[in-house]
Amino acid sequence: MADALVIAELAEDGKVRKSTLHAITFAQRALPTLGGGFAILVLGANAKAAAAELTGFGASKVLACEDPAFKEYTAEQFTPTVAEVGKGFGLIVAAATSFGKDLLPRVAARLDAAYASDCSAVSGEGGKLVFKRPMFAGNAFGYCQLNTPIQVATARQSEFDAAAPSGGASPVESVTKAAVGAAASRVQFVSLEAVKSERPELTEASVIVSGGRALKEKFMEVLEPLADALGAALGASRAAVDAGYAPGDFQVGQTGKIVAPTLYFAIGISGAIQHIAGMKGSKVIVAINKDPDAPIFQLADYGLVADLFTAVPALITELKKRG
Amino acid sequence: MKVLVALKRVADPDNANKVKISPSGDAIETTGLEWKTNPFDEYGLEAALRLTENGKAPKKREGEVVVVTFAPKDAETTLRAALATGADRAIRVDANDAELDGRLIAHALKTIVDAEKPDVIILGKQAVDGDSNQVGQRLAELLDYPMATFAATIKEEDGALLVGREVDGGVLSLRVKLPAVVTVDLRIVAPTSVYSKHTEAGFKYNDGVRFAPLPAIMAAKKKPLDVKTLAEVAGGNQLSTKYVKFERPAQRAGGAKVKDVAELVQKLTTVSKVL
Repeated sequence: MADALVIAELAEDGKVRKSTLHAITFAQRALPTLGGGFAILVLGANAKAAAAELTGFGASKVLACEDPAFKEYTAEQFTPTVAEVGKGFGLIVAAATSFGKDLLPRVAARLDAAYASDCSAVSGEGGKLVFKRPMFAGNAFGYCQLNTPIQVATARQSEFDAAAPSGGASPVESVTKAAVGAAASRVQFVSLEAVKSERPELTEASVIVSGGRALKEKFMEVLEPLADALGAALGASRAAVDAGYAPGDFQVGQTGKIVAPTLYFAIGISGAIQHIAGMKGSKVIVAINKDPDAPIFQLADYGLVADLFTAVPALITELKKRG
Repeated sequence: MKVLVALKRVADPDNANKVKISPSGDAIETTGLEWKTNPFDEYGLEAALRLTENGKAPKKREGEVVVVTFAPKDAETTLRAALATGADRAIRVDANDAELDGRLIAHALKTIVDAEKPDVIILGKQAVDGDSNQVGQRLAELLDYPMATFAATIKEEDGALLVGREVDGGVLSLRVKLPAVVTVDLRIVAPTSVYSKHTEAGFKYNDGVRFAPLPAIMAAKKKPLDVKTLAEVAGGNQLSTKYVKFERPAQRAGGAKVKDVAELVQKLTTVSKVL
């Protein structure tokens, strides 16, 4: 019998990020196989306040490690404490955000544990955990087992619902910070330039409006009003980014961001494999393209063969009619 | 500056939808797909080359780049291609993918770092076949080095790198003292992403990775390429990750068309119920 440890992720303001709740769901799904319960570990400059946010989710305990050195996240500061606490657990999990993907492999190495990244499911077979994870940019799924005493994994947020409060009050316990290695004194947090946008983040958005090279210099002019009407994030194909019509951090695709929103609009996007790899996990796909033979139509739930420069404004008008 | 770059060859990522699962479901088959250098590793090599030269005079090298791969002999073409674009030396650790996992490669790379003593180790943020995204982080921990993952920009300072990291919601800047581990994201090959101490601020590179001119491809055949056995560098480490089965993702039932935006909005509202 073993327990799971969920590593909480905090926002810049010290509050718990919602990604933590997705990681809790992942841990809960592993529990029937592990046979134990789960605890949550919070590291932060004000970890106890954040820990208090997490007492209603059925954890056996919420561990808080409060230290000024945790004000800003660096893997070098966090790893020794996560590994020290993690030694008592069979499974250590976090969401596959840039935080989890940075920290957990480093923790795994410290514990000489095997690691499964970006898992989309977890199950059990013969008393052992089996992690399902996307490979080849989502063109295949692999089911793997980790043959080390401690197992480490990150969970793809879009595949696990946020845990709902289950009532009860998990006790909060303080833990002390573990001694750090030489690496911790050789890294310095300099700044975080947050992208100033009223729109949701691409990887968290439930609706995404993506544009291709066909939009040319009118990329923002045409797509922004549609994104506004839908409360959507903006994305782009690699071709649109390479041509300079959209900024680099818009890129959805194999080498860009992998997204899985509820609703995805592909506008003026032909559907290169590189792009499809990044968005085919979307629940509903809409394609607008004037080329009826564009490969994107084979994938789309709703294809509209039309000139995007007239179809997009018409779509906005139609959406507004709904009120 | 001396930079060690880890490279992996992968089945052509532009045709990744053509990978097949073996009938018994126990293997992924990439037969018929061309081998290509993992794109993120190519970006890592480009960053290493920029860090070890004066951008204004690209032929003036100001450091050394060593490339390393874990692969069978026929993957030496991947290494030769890297040597042709400017890397100085190559190391091939003789191994098949089936003998490797992220944990084992990190241990093996540590052995190579201990021998080579580079100032910076650069890796792609992940290989686009296994999509594991772990070797760089693991290596940094084994070495007790600072790390900067998902790098979009690198600026060399005295004994340190200022790295802009691509994180959810923005760019996070870290300063890491050398020696350090850096893993790179796709924006690292933008024209103003990487500056060595020798390259003037504001200098613009061509966008993307560089290509080797023919004479360099010929000259690369004479550059040193060492071969090591896996046992030599992996110590007593064994595999710890076992894939028990593979499957294709469920196929989408796409292909339906709508006649106009009114029908589209109506379908999204009443059939798919996503508006």
